[in-house]
Amino acid sequence: MSQIEIKNVSVTFKAKQKDIHAVSGVSLSIQKGEVFGIVGLSGAGKSTLVRTINGLQQPTTGEVTVDGVNITKASKPQLAAARQKMGFIFQNFNLVNNRTIAQNIGFALTAANYQKDQQAQRIEELLGMVGLADRKDNYPEQLSGGQKQRVGIARALANNPDILLCDEATSALDTETAEEIVTILKDINTRLHITIVFITHQLEVAKSLFNRVAVMEDGRIVEQTTVYDLFADPKSQMGQRLVGTFLDTKLPDEVLFKLKQLSGQLLSLRYQGEDSLDPIITKIAKATGVEVNILQGRIEYIQNKAIGILAVFLTGDAPNITQAITAFKQAVDQVSEVAL
Amino acid sequence: MSETIQILQQNLGQALWETTEMVVISGVIGVVFGTLLGIILYYFSNPLFSLKPWVNNTFGFIINAIRSFPFLILMVVLIPLAKILTGDPYTPMGGTVSLAIAAIPFYARLAEGAFTDVDAGIVEAACSTGAKFGLIFRQVLFPEALPALIRGFVLTLISLLGYSAMVGTIGAGGIGNLAIQYGYNRYETGVLIAVIIILVVIVQLIQWIGDKFASHFTHA
Repeated sequence: MSQIEIKNVSVTFKAKQKDIHAVSGVSLSIQKGEVFGIVGLSGAGKSTLVRTINGLQQPTTGEVTVDGVNITKASKPQLAAARQKMGFIFQNFNLVNNRTIAQNIGFALTAANYQKDQQAQRIEELLGMVGLADRKDNYPEQLSGGQKQRVGIARALANNPDILLCDEATSALDTETAEEIVTILKDINTRLHITIVFITHQLEVAKSLFNRVAVMEDGRIVEQTTVYDLFADPKSQMGQRLVGTFLDTKLPDEVLFKLKQLSGQLLSLRYQGEDSLDPIITKIAKATGVEVNILQGRIEYIQNKAIGILAVFLTGDAPNITQAITAFKQAVDQVSEVAL
Repeated sequence: MSETIQILQQNLGQALWETTEMVVISGVIGVVFGTLLGIILYYFSNPLFSLKPWVNNTFGFIINAIRSFPFLILMVVLIPLAKILTGDPYTPMGGTVSLAIAAIPFYARLAEGAFTDVDAGIVEAACSTGAKFGLIFRQVLFPEALPALIRGFVLTLISLLGYSAMVGTIGAGGIGNLAIQYGYNRYETGVLIAVIIILVVIVQLIQWIGDKFASHFTHA
């Protein structure tokens, strides 16, 4: 049995005018030791869904089981015990402002009845793990965003959890700091074998951190796949939209303006693997007599596998261009005609 | 002028002591029971702890009912209770009874607000550790709400200082009584002015000390 079983969970909020279905009939199985991501736009119900896993949110219908414990029906002590085995990391860190870093972590230890005289040692150990050993007597306001999130991680790890739930844990941070946090989380996952459930709208994070991923839209899971397959070949509309924005070839406005003056077709090509497309391009150009200009190209690595992205501009006679597009569609995984 | 000084010399010390007695005792009772009510109101309105609107509505109704009394009327209505509790309602201790009864619901609302204003995310984070409410209160809610609780205490003390002048007029003593007895009834304007100056200084002092404490406990 999987470590986290979400069975047909719905969460409905009563509002004045009409009920809001934040989560509708979601079922997910998350395995021990994996990094499972849930992506979607804001308002898709991701945060509500992840809160049903540790009971911060009660599902309206459906059940959540974690390590064999039915969270939905658990008694208060059962729920407390289950929560101690699940760390939670928040977008806004949520540290107690008027308590020191050490006291913030000590709180989590005390919550799990950790022996008082051994807490200081454990706090040092945890802060050492996130590289903040010298900051234990600081207050949160004295730390940067990235440092606050490290404290958040240390607090979440205080009681040796089996699962780490992360709600947009990198979204309030700049790109570089977000990468640092992702590196720490990856390390935690591989070294301590802690299952990570990570909610985000940032595909950048999905790319480097997740093993499997679910795409959420309007409270439903619309796609569930490996992270490589999501980027290489998204099936759902929302998946295509999210990946499209992330892998998009973004040409400078001046280039687009110049292209508009010419008659031709702009193509965006996406293919799996890191081979060069040069031979294919040469072949198609020769066979159809169209001129193929490569405007931009890059390779993204997702879980150490490559996805190539290329923007080409075709010029020539209209029928020949149509022929070339057909040829590209046969030879390349994904071809989209970009309107100018 | 010399008469004014004489009156002040004879009465001011005791009057100040009586006012302090009334304000401090009723203030402390107000804070203790008001905080308790504030916790109850907060606890039963938060789905993370226990969402029980009927508990909330019941306490809310009682609090609002007491607060609807103009203080002058509350004071008169509570004279029999003050008699039962202290023996003589026309003493500083007797006056303290109505002041305390007024202070409790007043502070309860301030405390409720202080707890409700604690960032919901921080409370959620605390709950996600599996901590019991007692621990969350001591180590999360209370330290986060403390500056607001102190400011509320200041507000309560200053209001009580004003009300204490009213209980003074029905015989509970204090500097309000001094001002009325000599300044108003006996046309000793000097006494009246002296009392006003003293009140202004006391209020400024309470506010200043309160602000110092509040910012001492603020780290955000």
